[in-house]
Amino acid sequence: MTVAPASGNDTAQSRPVPEGHVRLTIDGIEVDAPQGELVIRTAERLGIVIPRFCDHPLLDPAGACRQCLVEVEVNGKPMPKPAASCTTAVADGMVVRTQQTSQVADKAQQGVMELLLINHPLDCPICDKGGECPLQNQALKHGRGDSRFVDTKRTFPKPVSISSQILLDRERCVLCQRCTRFSKQIAGDPFIELLERGATQQIGTGEQQPFQSYFSGNTIQICPVGALTSAAYRFRSRPFDLVSTPGVCEHCSSGCSQRTDWRRGKVMRRLAGEDPEVNEEWNCDKGRFAFRYATASDRITRPMVRDADSGELRETSWTEALRKAADGLLNARDSRGVGVLPGGRLTREDAYAYGKFARVALGTNDIDHRARPHSNEELDFLGSSVVGTGPEDGVSYASLEAAPAVLCVAFEPEEESPIVFLRLRKAARDSGTRVFHLGQWDSPGVEKTTHIADSGSPIHSGGLLRCLPGGEAAALYELPSEVEQALGEPGSVLLLGERCSQVSGVYTAAMRLAERTGARIAWIPRRAGERGAVEAGTLPTLLPNGRPVSDSVVRSGIERAWGMSTGSLPSVPGRDIDGILAAAESGELSGLLVGGLDPADLPDPEQARRALRAAGFLVSLELRPTGVTEHADVVLPIAPTVEKSGTFLNWEGRPREFEITIEGTGAVPDCRVLDTLAVEMDVDLFTQTPQAVAAEIRRLGPNPGARPKPPDIPAEPVTEPSGDRALLASWRHLLDNGSMQHDEPNLAGTARPPVARVSHGTARRLGLEPHQPIRVSTERGTIALESEVVEIPDGVVWLPGNSGPAEVNEVLGVGHGAVVGIAAGTAPAPGTTPGQREPGGEELPAVAGNGHTSNGHGPPAHGSNGNGQAGIDGGGA
Amino acid sequence: MGMTDPLKGFGVTLSKMFKTVLTEEYPEVKKIPAPRFHGKHQLNRHPDGLEKCVGCELCAWACPADAIFVEGGTNTDDERYSPGERYGFDYQINYLRCIGCGLCIEACPTRALTMTNEYETADDNRQNLIYTKEDLLAPLLPGMEQPPHDMRLGDDEQDYYVNGPELARGQGVPAGATVETGDEEAVR
Repeated sequence: MTVAPASGNDTAQSRPVPEGHVRLTIDGIEVDAPQGELVIRTAERLGIVIPRFCDHPLLDPAGACRQCLVEVEVNGKPMPKPAASCTTAVADGMVVRTQQTSQVADKAQQGVMELLLINHPLDCPICDKGGECPLQNQALKHGRGDSRFVDTKRTFPKPVSISSQILLDRERCVLCQRCTRFSKQIAGDPFIELLERGATQQIGTGEQQPFQSYFSGNTIQICPVGALTSAAYRFRSRPFDLVSTPGVCEHCSSGCSQRTDWRRGKVMRRLAGEDPEVNEEWNCDKGRFAFRYATASDRITRPMVRDADSGELRETSWTEALRKAADGLLNARDSRGVGVLPGGRLTREDAYAYGKFARVALGTNDIDHRARPHSNEELDFLGSSVVGTGPEDGVSYASLEAAPAVLCVAFEPEEESPIVFLRLRKAARDSGTRVFHLGQWDSPGVEKTTHIADSGSPIHSGGLLRCLPGGEAAALYELPSEVEQALGEPGSVLLLGERCSQVSGVYTAAMRLAERTGARIAWIPRRAGERGAVEAGTLPTLLPNGRPVSDSVVRSGIERAWGMSTGSLPSVPGRDIDGILAAAESGELSGLLVGGLDPADLPDPEQARRALRAAGFLVSLELRPTGVTEHADVVLPIAPTVEKSGTFLNWEGRPREFEITIEGTGAVPDCRVLDTLAVEMDVDLFTQTPQAVAAEIRRLGPNPGARPKPPDIPAEPVTEPSGDRALLASWRHLLDNGSMQHDEPNLAGTARPPVARVSHGTARRLGLEPHQPIRVSTERGTIALESEVVEIPDGVVWLPGNSGPAEVNEVLGVGHGAVVGIAAGTAPAPGTTPGQREPGGEELPAVAGNGHTSNGHGPPAHGSNGNGQAGIDGGGA
Repeated sequence: MGMTDPLKGFGVTLSKMFKTVLTEEYPEVKKIPAPRFHGKHQLNRHPDGLEKCVGCELCAWACPADAIFVEGGTNTDDERYSPGERYGFDYQINYLRCIGCGLCIEACPTRALTMTNEYETADDNRQNLIYTKEDLLAPLLPGMEQPPHDMRLGDDEQDYYVNGPELARGQGVPAGATVETGDEEAVR
């Protein structure tokens, strides 16, 4: 805590009050405070803690709980009653007496506490908040020793599930309204509200309207009592038995700092960490609740090799597995070469090891981490405009907040980078930033960043610029003059999303727009590892820290740094991921080294599987079995994020370092596996530990040469198809079928239901009844999904990328901007889930989470507890 | 060494024959410890057999030797182990660590954990000295039923906490008979 400028009473008179400040006295201490500061914060800076429940520095003041009452005297006149210090702004000459010096304030606080406790149940032993509960702590500190209340307490039925994840216990609630204010002001999801009046006033949700928010977990964390708890963490442990380790979220590129609470080698829960520059105090539900994939029962813990006789994978020793992998890779390298596919979820250090392994041990630039639709234009854009930038010289969260206008190009902030969404919303709400979206329909994320209803007067600014999917590039050349003008104001920002890589010419168009208007560009990938991998050089044209492969001076610098002989670094830019897979399929490459990559994420999963099958020798470094494992010759287990250290670079390029959370599991990070594998191949990578890699990256320093040329691809015109054809628009939901959300039924229950969206015109053309399924098909397959009519250009159908039966890449084999066939589907029989995946018709994991603990009474999934009797360390006595 | 020394020796023996014997015939004859002796723990039951433990972990928190591990679980209507929402899903006491201080007993908010006079907590295997819920739960008295089962004494956990024994007597347990395991069992 920062203490306010020292102000000894003797010198105070002589010291002038700084500009924009006022001078007041709190508990006899004279202090200068900036105008408008709340008394409770000024007191806090002095080290005087006033008890409070409703007050939260990131929420608007409410004065709801009345716990922070203090005695206030303005202009020598005492206020008639104690005032709430969380809503009272400082004033010149104010005299504040808190509970420490004023009996009146102390008695008032005790009275409020007694009233709050009248209806509060004596639940502490079974309450998840017990042990870290502000009410518990403050009742002990500022409350009376006993209660004078003798009547029956008001009771409510015990927990109501307001979503499949969030449980509400109204008896415990002190009506501070932190949750409702968070939902309204920060997340923009006002699904939770104060209901009723008087003694029966309570928090609740609308009938038939669950608390559907990607940020609902934050309300649990800020609830000052145990009124809101999560189904996933219900009764799992108590805070005093948990070890808290700071960490970084591994899901998206927002780079949230977080706190991981664990005991006995298992993560029990995750909380948002505090980082004012990045996630403030929030995180999304995926980051908070999706962590059990690391302890899934199918996790690979021992190396496996394919048995020559049976053709099955069998567990073996590291020695044998590494020997086999090294022999196979050496053979493949010496015959026609090996391609490397590291995947987009690695730390910067692990990615660097892949890049170095490809160049040094395999002698190739055939490496590409982009396990998703991608383009060469994107590659040029990354090299010319993204790599090497950071929050100091590039776009940062702070610059989003300060920007007069932001244009999201083919980027869905709420689904792809939730903290960017929160910051855009904050900017629109508090700083008047106009947020424009170049997309297809008014998605909830668009709605919530352009129409903000909760503040004094509703804000309507920015808006959606509708275009056909695939027409984003052309649209950037023909922006409305109002938007172009707004972007021309200094500090404006363009945000490019992952979907840009599926639209030809959009990077070029965005760079032209930036030149025209002076706006700055930021690239926001969806996965946590992508930005770090770009820096680490796991792209066919880029060496570490943005050094272009084609520059011979830069190459010789790297050769010296890596201790290689001159000219031994491959000089020809490699193949991209499509090229690598095509070459593996046709036999131009004889081996593949694959990291965390699922064929289903690739633009053409079928081709990827054919390539994996055809590859002469396949080494897989994986945590859990994927579509790669079944074809792999050697499988090497690697550590999940909680069991390793490293650095993620978030979209700003900000290094987000984290240490090992759970030590001693024996799991090793990718960089260590690759280092040992290289040693078996008689090559030294010097990547034994992430720390060693980080030091090497630092030593290399920034690219001394010139940046590669920016892309120059013309925008392609898109025409609206007619008849039974439509343009496919598609992006992924935050909560979907992703493998890192494995075994989280309560979380999956809060996912948005997968529906196909079409316009009125298209619906009429097809003769669609409301909610009638629509069939979207290509030659490869058909997705049938319940339809919803929205404002979207005619001739466009929107599908979620990977939700429920809508696995767009997998089933349709095409992506955003492709032409697909549409037809009205048959109405589902009552009671069946709308939308079935047609070909094969195999069972898919339920996303709706129906029936599973949705009443909040289900047992927590204890699963393989893993501690059994041996849980207590008998040897330690 | 004089001639009478052997006789002196026999004299000692002879005189001891008329004094109180200090030898303990353990294990043939077991000594009964003092009523408040801190012996092995016991997880008590309500009169209908439901467990008193709510899995709150306060015993584990109080334990200065970190000998207790608890994990809570959620009661459902189909599977109920204790009145109320929460029960002790996993309960382990490591007697290699336990120092018998009894702080866990004082911490227990539901009197689920008490100590018996059972002192034979020795073994030749460290593993066997980690007692789990099955080892610690009190035996079923007459009228008790092995959980999981519904709440038999009332609709509310308050009925159990406030007047469980009376309700049990109302259901036919005669006055004077033990209705719940707890202190009286520990003394016995």
